[in-house]
Amino acid sequence: MRDLLLVLPLLIPLSTAVIGLLFWSRPHLQRALATVGAGLLLASGLGLLVSVRHGGIHTVQVGAWPAPFGITLAADLFSAIMVVLTGLIGLAAVLYSLGSMDAHRERFGYYPLVHILLLGVCGAFLTGDIFNLYVWFEVMLISSFVLMALGGERAQLEGAIKYVTLNLMSSALFLAAVGVLYGIAGTLNMADLSKTLRATPRPDLVLAPAMLLLVAFGIKAAIFPLFFWLPASYHTPPVAVSALFAGLLTKVGVYAMIRVFTLLFDHHAHSAHLIILVASGLTMVTGVLGAVAQNELRRILSFHIISQIGYMIMGLGLFTPISLAGSIFYIAHHIIVKTNLFLISGLVFQLQGSYQLKRLGGLYRKHPGLAALFLTPALSLAGMPPLSGFWAKLILVKAGLELQQYLIVAVSLMVSLLTLFSMLKIWNEAFWKAAPAEHSASLSRGTQLALFLPVLGLAAITLWIGLMPEPLFSLSEQAAQQLVDPTEYIRRTLGE
Amino acid sequence: MISLILSTATRYLLPLLLLFSVFVLLRGHNEPGGGFVGGLVASAALALYSIAYGVAAARRMLRIDPRALIGVGLLIAIGSGLLSMARGLPFLTGLWVERELPLLGKVGTPLLFDVGVFLVVIGVVLTIIFALSEE
Repeated sequence: MRDLLLVLPLLIPLSTAVIGLLFWSRPHLQRALATVGAGLLLASGLGLLVSVRHGGIHTVQVGAWPAPFGITLAADLFSAIMVVLTGLIGLAAVLYSLGSMDAHRERFGYYPLVHILLLGVCGAFLTGDIFNLYVWFEVMLISSFVLMALGGERAQLEGAIKYVTLNLMSSALFLAAVGVLYGIAGTLNMADLSKTLRATPRPDLVLAPAMLLLVAFGIKAAIFPLFFWLPASYHTPPVAVSALFAGLLTKVGVYAMIRVFTLLFDHHAHSAHLIILVASGLTMVTGVLGAVAQNELRRILSFHIISQIGYMIMGLGLFTPISLAGSIFYIAHHIIVKTNLFLISGLVFQLQGSYQLKRLGGLYRKHPGLAALFLTPALSLAGMPPLSGFWAKLILVKAGLELQQYLIVAVSLMVSLLTLFSMLKIWNEAFWKAAPAEHSASLSRGTQLALFLPVLGLAAITLWIGLMPEPLFSLSEQAAQQLVDPTEYIRRTLGE
Repeated sequence: MISLILSTATRYLLPLLLLFSVFVLLRGHNEPGGGFVGGLVASAALALYSIAYGVAAARRMLRIDPRALIGVGLLIAIGSGLLSMARGLPFLTGLWVERELPLLGKVGTPLLFDVGVFLVVIGVVLTIIFALSEE
């Protein structure tokens, strides 16, 4: 049963994609299939989370090959939380696609590709083997390349080229780091690596792969000097794809960074944690300043992804149980909020036919419901109480104050303020000011349902986390505890 | 234009290549070979047919859409992994038939997985080749 729970988040999206492949020219069936598959993925993720919470870390030795030699799948609480979020965002994106995706993209395998992407993301969260992690990254990246370029619009291809080039570079660095690690330790199983690196006679050598991985995951997570590809590409594909990418992909980079710097390099790379902390501050500031200068809805949101990534790795840089819990809480909050904001930007586009702030306006008068739906994630992003972002920032600030890292705390608070400014800019321009041109679009009832349902659901979750942060916080705290003290992870993975 | 030499040669080569691909697939068990190379040989045979007689004829001969082959192959591969889970063993654990079969030797789920790979490779290669030559 445990084995099944751990394998299901991989089998469900894979099977959904494969069956979708068999019904290539039947879009209706593919839509139904994709929705059911995403729902099942969410359910299996929740099952896994409950099971891991009660039964401890789950592992499967795939093919019954014993641990350091075969490939191990391992799910601790952090992985399980991430799988649940993947299912949630997958479901939201698929639902939104039902109402917004054009027939052309649907005919070229849009839904199977989304599920392959989800497969790659889940695989990256569940693997216990660093080379296998690389493979899942590739599964995720290749499907994201296709999703990014699918449709072949001019802007899309331009964005895709930047996206592909920089991500391939990061993959090359990642692979090089894996090679160096294998050379040093002679193993690729992360639990075994953790043990071997702790006892290595040449600790100075370990810093090299640590830095290579920092850069490789840094590109994927879009941290400070390595983020240019993100605002250049995320606003080009259809909104459902943007939302899926914005919610999940950079967070896989953050996940990998947290996993590697807690499990593998916690002993040798103190300087690495300092570098991460500095990078986190710079990421927050540059991201938010970049956003201030933008006037296109999705570009503003893209820059905010970068700034928010800073908060997530700030917890890793501080490296205490409470700060890591803050990071995990922040990731959960951010994935939900950011996906929702992208979906809402799509709704705005559907209603007014533009993403340019200049051409928008008057949405508050015409669609007060949508305005409320926008304010929930927007204020949460800026960290206003009582929404989820407030608690996420509170935990991180508290962790920073405990360590007397006043500078980073000050930076993070200032960036919150700027985020609020940027969200208010969108509010003023798109919702408050008078509409510059009449543009009335009417949506059919079914489309409306498909578009509003995920937005409503995600906003409700944001509100729920905001009003009752305790369950998620205690979950993050337990997950952080497992990260700080990986002995149980190592014991279960190696089956000792 | 259909070349007489190529089309006649293809008529003899096609069955040989397909047989050889199955041989390579089965040989892959313990010696060099396997689903991937076998699939490449088989798709080379079909690609040859499409060059000699045209893509439309090759599609007719194949009967099913190559994309469906990818799906079927993947399903077989997933199924081979699930069989062991039904027995309570970890995903993808190899299960073996007790007695040796004539010609095939000892077979088990890894062979099934390889058959899946074989079909996926044929499906992928032909999807690409057909799409390119229909451009």
